[in-house]
Amino acid sequence: MKSGGAALTINLLLAALTALTLFPLAWMVSASLMAPGEASQFPPPLLPRAPTLAHYRELFGTAGLGRQAVNSLIVATGATLLALTFNLSAGYAFAKLRFAGRDRIFAWLLGALVIPGQVAMLPLFLMLKQMGLVNTYAGALVPWLASVFGIFLVRQYALGIPNELLEAARIDGAGELRIFTAVVLPLLRPIMVTLAVLTFLGSWNDFMWPLIVLTDSELHTLPVALAGLSREHVQDTELMMAGSVVTTLPVLLLFLVLQRHYIHGLTLGSVKG
Amino acid sequence: MKGFNAAWLLVGPALAAIGVFFVVPVAAALALSFTDFDIYALADVGNLRWVGFGNYVELLRTPLFWQALGNTLYFVVVGVPLSIAASLGAALLLNSPLARFRAFYRTALFAPVVATLVAVAVVWRYLFHAHYGWINYGLAGIGIAPIDWLGDPDWAMPAIVLLSVWKNFGYNMIILLAGLQAIPDDLYEAARIEGASRWQQVRHVTLPALAPLLLVVGILTMAGHFQLFAEPYVMTQGGPAQQTVTVLYFMYEEGFKWWNLGAASAVAVILFAIMFAVTLLQLALARRREAV
Repeated sequence: MKSGGAALTINLLLAALTALTLFPLAWMVSASLMAPGEASQFPPPLLPRAPTLAHYRELFGTAGLGRQAVNSLIVATGATLLALTFNLSAGYAFAKLRFAGRDRIFAWLLGALVIPGQVAMLPLFLMLKQMGLVNTYAGALVPWLASVFGIFLVRQYALGIPNELLEAARIDGAGELRIFTAVVLPLLRPIMVTLAVLTFLGSWNDFMWPLIVLTDSELHTLPVALAGLSREHVQDTELMMAGSVVTTLPVLLLFLVLQRHYIHGLTLGSVKG
Repeated sequence: MKGFNAAWLLVGPALAAIGVFFVVPVAAALALSFTDFDIYALADVGNLRWVGFGNYVELLRTPLFWQALGNTLYFVVVGVPLSIAASLGAALLLNSPLARFRAFYRTALFAPVVATLVAVAVVWRYLFHAHYGWINYGLAGIGIAPIDWLGDPDWAMPAIVLLSVWKNFGYNMIILLAGLQAIPDDLYEAARIEGASRWQQVRHVTLPALAPLLLVVGILTMAGHFQLFAEPYVMTQGGPAQQTVTVLYFMYEEGFKWWNLGAASAVAVILFAIMFAVTLLQLALARRREAV
């Protein structure tokens, strides 16, 4: 009987914690469907009296947020493709190929993880300005080219590839590049999906760098545009909730569909201790 | 020899990208912090002058910089333990064999981590509203008088801590959950035979087994907290009374609002030095505790 009470307590606590956790997201969706001013009442209403899509129409119509949604999609897709291109090959090479200074370089890379990315931001901005890349998609994509975390993630996974497989391909006379594309890449598919999801969500949600490098509002990504809108429209609660839904719903849905891969990346990436 | 060449072909592009777009800028940040790079130098590099430690001396004389440092430390010291406690609590609940629907709960509790920070900061700004916000409404239900969360200098940073705990606890929850699942059952079995209560098992079996992971989680969480920027940018713009100006917020304004890139670089270098020192301190403390 004692265990029955404990089970009840644990399940009630979990249910309450989950309800509290989901509440802000649920309220965001609900308030985005309310009439103007409806959310700013006391007591605060939970559900819209007469759900309306008016705010979404205003966002994509007058506010022209469709443009920024496309920007976000371009930057996140580009970042994902670049991260895959650079990190898969490097991660595999660090795991399975021998080259001079390999272990020392890898140790240095891991050491570089203690430097916060923001330290590089000011000079990077000046560099890109010189190169004419400020206010371009390319400028927004530069930090996503290759990452220590991405290389580490792929390396951890690639360590599990059996050497015999690579040796067999070498004996068959395949070159190293051909082995990478024909033998290794198919084996790396699970970590490829993980890296893609992590990069897509990370670059979609990123704020500080796009805020700095994309000064032209035509090029803003959704988070930058939303931050700007929210400073102008402080009173328009319902409109801002619709803007928040547009900004975050795509990544929440993507996570729901691909969560297994995302969580896999977290646990694989954290076992470095 | 052929293998040698191919390896560099595979690893070279990534190393080059990290070198050009990370290592060089980091080194440049250090160099820049010793110059008076400002809007005039931005127009013509000829206006650039070497000022030695001038930016650092000037920063230490700037009250707002100290304020930003204090605000950031407050966020770290209050936010990190709360965040990890929430993660550990949720992980312990999820790990209980008595819990049902664990996959659903795990996903739901993790959702805030993947949500866009700017979007949820906008949402929480309204949840924190003094009159119409759900948080005060909920608190009223348990008899707590309304708080002007984002308007009261004493409450703005605690409000950001709350948002941050909600946003981030799911991340460490997943990592700690993996750690909990790796603890062998015999340890609990042995403790039960010795007559240990549920709470004693947590204290004497779970926490010691989890200690190395908690150290890693602590270091990573702290690093994340030192980089607070978007929340104050969206919710408070550093106010009220500059109580939510953080080091990065200060750096952003100094660098990209006033174009004092030299001084802003010095801020970045100081932030890095502090984070590095605190990480070393944590590692040293952990080693000492192990040795005892």
